[in-house]
Amino acid sequence: MSAQDLVARVQKWSREQPWRLYGSQISILVRNEVRRNLFTRRRIWIYLLALLPVLMIVGHAISDRASMNPSQIEEDTQVLAGIMQLYYFRLGTFFTCMAIFTWLFRGEMVEKTLHYQFLVPVRREVLVVGKFLAGVVVAVALFETAVFACFFFMYARFGAAGKAYVFEGPGLGQLWSYLLVTALACLGYGAVFLALSLLFKNPVIPGVVIMGWETIAPIFPAWAQRLSVTFYLKHLCPVNLPLSGPLAIFTVVAEPVSPFIAVLGLLCLTIAILTLSCFLIHRMEITYTTE
Amino acid sequence: MTPDPRLIVFENVSKFYGEVLGVNKVTFSLEPGITSLVGPNGSGKTTLMNLMTGLIRPSRGAVHVLGLTPQQPIEFFRQVGYCTQFDSFPPGTAGYDFIYWPLRLHGFAHDQAAKLTNEALERAGMAQVARRKVAGYSKGMRQRIRLAQAIAHHPSVLVLDEPLNGLDPMARAESIALFEAIAKQGMHVIISSHILEEVDRISDRVVLMSSGYVVAEGQIKEVRREVRDHPMQILVRCSNAARLAAAAFELDHVVEAKILTDGHGVLVRTRDAEQFYLLLNKIVSGGLVEVDAVAPADDDVNSIYQYLIGSDGGPA
Repeated sequence: MSAQDLVARVQKWSREQPWRLYGSQISILVRNEVRRNLFTRRRIWIYLLALLPVLMIVGHAISDRASMNPSQIEEDTQVLAGIMQLYYFRLGTFFTCMAIFTWLFRGEMVEKTLHYQFLVPVRREVLVVGKFLAGVVVAVALFETAVFACFFFMYARFGAAGKAYVFEGPGLGQLWSYLLVTALACLGYGAVFLALSLLFKNPVIPGVVIMGWETIAPIFPAWAQRLSVTFYLKHLCPVNLPLSGPLAIFTVVAEPVSPFIAVLGLLCLTIAILTLSCFLIHRMEITYTTE
Repeated sequence: MTPDPRLIVFENVSKFYGEVLGVNKVTFSLEPGITSLVGPNGSGKTTLMNLMTGLIRPSRGAVHVLGLTPQQPIEFFRQVGYCTQFDSFPPGTAGYDFIYWPLRLHGFAHDQAAKLTNEALERAGMAQVARRKVAGYSKGMRQRIRLAQAIAHHPSVLVLDEPLNGLDPMARAESIALFEAIAKQGMHVIISSHILEEVDRISDRVVLMSSGYVVAEGQIKEVRREVRDHPMQILVRCSNAARLAAAAFELDHVVEAKILTDGHGVLVRTRDAEQFYLLLNKIVSGGLVEVDAVAPADDDVNSIYQYLIGSDGGPA
């Protein structure tokens, strides 16, 4: 088959697809999943995981109010960078995405309700995309709020100096970078955990393995590092953390890449893992008794 | 070969769960009407229904429903409604939403989906409680709301796994009437049930299953013919039961002639019903016995089931 034939086939296939229906199905799936995942008491520990640093920063701001000094801004910027890079991008988003995305299909298996999703005229690929987007909406909403709150409370206490740092200095750019990295972390980890939940009945152990891989990936060759989510995130962090010793493994950048390549690379990795999930979902059967 | 767009076709279908047999080498085709799957627990009824609706994939063979397969979900699930026996619901769902949102996934606009939802709720007798959470429903109500969801989009094939479980007699009668009305519109209704008497009354055909195998399939009378080697029971209500029993025993093909406990009739088991009826005519015309009624006592699913499976079809 020539390349022209292939292109013609793809175009024909594309014309035959009911894209509008797919779009409306995805929006309904997202709506229902968000309601199911976001507004539930079962998720309280996820909110705590996301908001813990906010509480710490608020506590710090209140206790340090008397000794507040504008010269502390640089120091607090480093503290914030540490919270972002060591907590949010490694632990917070990782475990939250693990909880949210593994539950999208596996949770429905446990609750014995997945068959309802399989008995409607929805392509399973559309189901994967709909559920994934719902998970992304929940995770991004949660972490963007938390990151924004951390940033706000960290600099608001400095008054005019803080305002100047944010709007006239590098602050706003750092905020946008943190928000971008947070969203990308949710996309990357989300795709990984969605795929794991389709591969394994208990995705917790593979999740721990992934955590280990994300930690030790920097000691591997550059091509292998590209298979980790943190590889791309590190390149987008706006503030360098001067860590030394074993902790440096979290911040070391072996082979610098441009932010554009980092974003594109992570999106490609996400799409590749989602494509794998679309294949895996076709293998899935409703056998609740074996769960 | 192009699959027939009117039929449900199983072609040499086997399903194994690891080492465990679900169903084995199942081949049949079903025409529109009510078909009952009958068999004890573990006989493969639910496996067959799950294969039919794509919830599980066959290990071997192929299943076509109206010429479609579950790999074409948009076309397939517009034609098929499945009321499973899984008594579980998405947490926090109200009865109305349970039907409305799947209809929206079908592609119906809000107005049409709302109209179909209300219509399905009415048909299932659930309109009054539709706004309540499903978690607060009784077992019978949960059964009916699942039925309402299965019929809401007006499928051509309705698959019902144990649909009469948990229903009170009134709801059961209403459900049966609903199944019959749907079948009369030329649709397929596939029912599995342990309640053999009800299945017997409403079925156009039966598929008898045992240990993952289809042991008989067809109209009830056809299935009876398939097992003609087995003695047939004939109930004769008459005035002189002892005399009839004695005469019947003289025939080689009569296996048993049991006088009824009230003394006003005989239950005869024979391998040649035609010959027995000839004898009966002779006795009646000779004035030896006055016959009030003659009827085959086992031309129903229950007795065929006993012949074939050696069980009464109750839960194992």
